[in-house]
Amino acid sequence: MAPYFGGSIYVWGSIITIFMLALSIGYLLGGKLSIFQPNNQKYGALFIVSGILLLPMILMGESIMEFIFNRVEDPRYGSLLGASGLFLLPTIAMGMIAPYSVRLLVISTEHSGQTAGFLYFVSTIGSALGTIMTSFYFVLWFEINTVLWAMFLVFTSAGCSIAIRQSAEFSNA
Amino acid sequence: MLKKNRYLSLLLILFTPFCFALKVVHTEKSLYRNISIVKDDYLTCMVFETRKENPPYQTCFDEREPKKLVFNYTKLILSGLLYKPDANNILVLGLGGGTLPLTLHELLPEATITSVEIDPAVIRLARQYFNYHDNDKIKTFERDARLFVKRAALKKQSFDWIILDAFNGDYIPEHLMTQEFLQEVKSVLTDDGIITANTFSQSILYRFESATYASVFGDFYNIKRRKLGNRIILTGKQSELLPLEKIEQQAEKLDKQLRPYDVSSDWLLARFSREKDWEDDTTILTDQYSPANLLKYQGGN
Repeated sequence: MAPYFGGSIYVWGSIITIFMLALSIGYLLGGKLSIFQPNNQKYGALFIVSGILLLPMILMGESIMEFIFNRVEDPRYGSLLGASGLFLLPTIAMGMIAPYSVRLLVISTEHSGQTAGFLYFVSTIGSALGTIMTSFYFVLWFEINTVLWAMFLVFTSAGCSIAIRQSAEFSNA
Repeated sequence: MLKKNRYLSLLLILFTPFCFALKVVHTEKSLYRNISIVKDDYLTCMVFETRKENPPYQTCFDEREPKKLVFNYTKLILSGLLYKPDANNILVLGLGGGTLPLTLHELLPEATITSVEIDPAVIRLARQYFNYHDNDKIKTFERDARLFVKRAALKKQSFDWIILDAFNGDYIPEHLMTQEFLQEVKSVLTDDGIITANTFSQSILYRFESATYASVFGDFYNIKRRKLGNRIILTGKQSELLPLEKIEQQAEKLDKQLRPYDVSSDWLLARFSREKDWEDDTTILTDQYSPANLLKYQGGN
């Protein structure tokens, strides 16, 4: 973002806004999706889709930014559109994972609060760790795209392993 | 509030070598930092209060000698004038108190000067306390420097002297340190244009930065005071640097003109160096890799 829209306060505002917006849409959609025959395969697919949606950012981030930069002069709306172009879709997909996990993990109404609480715990602590590791260390050790490729690998391999386990269970049954 | 001010003045007195009874006359939380204006009998200074001890001073103005440049780094930037005495279209990235654009306007009354500053409060305070003003030759833009340069390139604008002075606070804008940014800067230079960048001479950032500038501009002059604080990188779009003898000749003519600003061209010339004092395999800072703020605290050189 900074190479195209600078480091002004509204650039930060745009990034945070888009993440919050994307997560809220993702939560809503993930919850909705969990109503229709939830299974591990679909769950795995969510991870794979999240990973794949990172690809435009990695492969075409520059061109997306340049496209917006050439069309929007106001740096506030430019950075808002820029942040949407890069982060909106992958973050929506990632946001869908949490409510879907609740649906798959909840066994009884009695334990639903506990399960949801545990999931909030995992997802938020994960965000905290990801943030601190990236900002304190990864930026010093790697290029940004290396970090994003690693994320892509983690998401797609997690998705595949979920899907494979599901089909293994099917064949055992 | 009063108590806090008193406490602050006390600290300022303890930690600043040149002040006697500094008084905080104005404090302000801007979008990016806390800014103070401090005053003693004759001296007015702008301070970015990023830390309590020895905070970074931006600009000082001495009423007794209004032309005098109080800080050495500002004087060092005038090395660009010795190198290119006929600059006509100057871009200053980073305003501070605005002393530099005003000084350049006095020295080169025909030149157009464009100042770019990200922080609206800095611009306002420069106008209020340091006589900074726009006129038909001086224009000010409130914008991120990178954004300004990118737009200028799109509009096919060009400048023959670009001064990069955006690194005065404690936080380094990392997107202004990268190879891509310097290429953008180079793209808005006229064919005989030059840049003077006020940057760091301490910490391992020094060699990262040197390697990055060298990758875009090739050779450059380093203008520095032993190993103190700042250094100026002076280079141009042309692949060959002007030889020192030529700069000396030009400097001779300017010496008298520079005196009122407490700058001597001999003092400046003595600080020019072309010595390459960093290793060849130093990593270059790019938009993909620019942890400048972390590198700054890694010490060494």
